[in-house]
Amino acid sequence: MKEVHNFTIIQRIEHGERYFALVLAHGGTLQSPAPGQFVEALVEDCPGVMLRRPISVHDADPQAGTLTLMVQIVGRGTRKLATLREGDRLNLVYPLGHGFTTEGCKKPLLVGGGAGIAPLLLLAKTLQANEVQPTVLLGGRTAELIPARDAFASLCTLHTATDDGSLGHRGLVVEHPVFNDSYDMIYACGPTPMMKAVARSAAQRGVECEVSLENVMACGVGACLCCVTDTDHGHRCVCKDGPVFNIKNMRRWYEQ
Amino acid sequence: MNNDTLKVRLHNLQLKNPVLTASGTFGYGEEFADFVDLNRLGGFVVKGTTGSHREGNPYPRMVETPSGMLNSVGLQNGGVDKFCDEVYHRIKHLDTNVIVNVSGSSIEEYCEVASKIDALERVPAIELNISCPNVKCGGMSFGTDPGMAAQVVEAVRRVYSKTLIVKLSPNVTNIAEIAKAVEGAGADSVSLINTLLGMAIDIERRMPVMANITGGLSGPAVKPVAVRMVWQVAHAVKIPVVGLGGICTAEDAIEFMMAGATAVEVGTANFVDPTVTMKIVDGMEQFCKDHAINDINDIIGIV
Ligand SMILES: Cc1cc2nc3c(=O)[nH]c(=O)nc-3n(C[C@H](O)[C@H](O)[C@H](O)COP(=O)(O)OP(=O)(O)OC[C@H]3O[C@@H](n4cnc5c(N)ncnc54)[C@H](O)[C@@H]3O)c2cc1C
Ligand SMILES: Cc1cc2nc3c(=O)[nH]c(=O)nc-3n(C[C@H](O)[C@H](O)[C@H](O)COP(=O)(O)O)c2cc1C
Ligand code: FES
Repeated sequence: MKEVHNFTIIQRIEHGERYFALVLAHGGTLQSPAPGQFVEALVEDCPGVMLRRPISVHDADPQAGTLTLMVQIVGRGTRKLATLREGDRLNLVYPLGHGFTTEGCKKPLLVGGGAGIAPLLLLAKTLQANEVQPTVLLGGRTAELIPARDAFASLCTLHTATDDGSLGHRGLVVEHPVFNDSYDMIYACGPTPMMKAVARSAAQRGVECEVSLENVMACGVGACLCCVTDTDHGHRCVCKDGPVFNIKNMRRWYEQ
Repeated sequence: MNNDTLKVRLHNLQLKNPVLTASGTFGYGEEFADFVDLNRLGGFVVKGTTGSHREGNPYPRMVETPSGMLNSVGLQNGGVDKFCDEVYHRIKHLDTNVIVNVSGSSIEEYCEVASKIDALERVPAIELNISCPNVKCGGMSFGTDPGMAAQVVEAVRRVYSKTLIVKLSPNVTNIAEIAKAVEGAGADSVSLINTLLGMAIDIERRMPVMANITGGLSGPAVKPVAVRMVWQVAHAVKIPVVGLGGICTAEDAIEFMMAGATAVEVGTANFVDPTVTMKIVDGMEQFCKDHAINDINDIIGIV
């Protein structure tokens, strides 16, 4: 069941200049989010920002009643969120959307870039809890722009690709040697051109693949139809039918 | 204060309180069922419904603007048959008024949808949308000309027997004139305002932000325009007026009622706080208590 709730920030984690994470305590019973689900965060007292901002669940600990969000500073709303400190409250609508499918996969690859790295941490942890060892491949323009590397590295083998070669493979994630190993599932979240490249390659290789899309959102619950994406079955809401989509229904999207 | 304090009537439609939700902002009610007790609403207006399935406009379809937003959704919906065969059966048990927003591109289409909805026992009213700014053909063009507005309302009146609310466009020079035309053509009530036509440009890309180029402005930014129009229309017609545009609080709702609205609709505010309608109902009750108002009808149009 979705709810609107005031969380309390209990910890801030710095990830360089562009990214930060907030650990949020529910104070009561946390609805356990699935990996890939997101929240809509209310940005209070911020001129020009009225609508909530969609942010993925980066990590969750149902026992402790905490959620972690990792945010990339891109505009007014996220810049305001960056000023929040321990003890401040943050109002969230959560949990929203359909997350990743984790059942049945044995050898998954997780590919992420930019803010799209955020949901992959909870995904990696969930897979591990199912005794599946994920391979993680993260990309960015520079090493500095690949946040939360330590969190991934402490869980699994982490591979990286950077445009400037400052970390890992120099080039795109789809050109990284591990990308071409064999997998039974590829999960991708990141900039749209990256996800389309991953999807095209997965389709070509016949590997199952799920992508987590981004779009501007208003309601976050499938009511306003502002957030649609093209699919092979017509327009679908990223907030409600996604954000995670299996590419078998997304040819029209990734071939564009 | 008693349970009847907030009761109002739109022609034959009894509302337990004046708070409705605005079409296109509340889905089919189901999307908000986790957040609000739908039965505590005066009613809700579902998404614009057309003769057949529509995919709507290409995306991006939305951009936030100061104290508001522009949308160019363009009547994406599953069509009237899907509503009658599927959606209706999921929401017909609710103890509130389900109102269908009827849209179209031709008089025939409006009539087809209205007559199919007329057959649904648990839908006591329609809101005829002659004011959508986001469809190329029909939509707003019916709502910006008094003669055409009267024509479509007359035709729908012939096939629709229950409470007929006509939703007006603010994108006109004289809204009272349109209101009088639809009253004369048989409307039982008018609701206003639909969104104001607007536009936003991405100056880095030197392109419109939305794929449809223009879109409809909603949210607190439009409220003073809406209050003014409700006041003008309430003075021009005898049928009850439903006021909307930027309502976020009980105080906003009271303001519309004092301007002449018998009921109100809440739209964009649902996106910011999905529980806002409950707070508005509670706040209106409290306002009546604090101001010793026994019947909310006493404040309608007092300005
Ligand atoms: C399902 C989902 C999950 C997301 N998860 C995360 C996450 O975990 N961490 C994170 O940092 N970000 C995430 N985002 C993106 C985040 O919502 C946007 O970066 C944020 O809304 C920007 O707000 P702003 O006020 O700072 O920017 P604005 O001032 O509104 O805009 C600045 C720039 O960002 C672009 N932008 C605005 N909103 C979005 C959006 N929703 N998607 C893509 N671009 C946008 C604008 O076009 C503009 O160029 C997610 C988005 C979605 C849809
Ligand atoms: C995303 C969105 C979709 C809408 N769709 C419809 C629609 O299908 N039919 C209609 O009559 N009005 C539609 N509207 C207009 C609203 O019902 C309302 O008239 C307008 O938004 C002003 O109210 P508000 O400021 O409270 O949102 C839509 C508005 C929004 C924001
Ligand atoms: S944001 Fe409203 S339908 Fe997705």
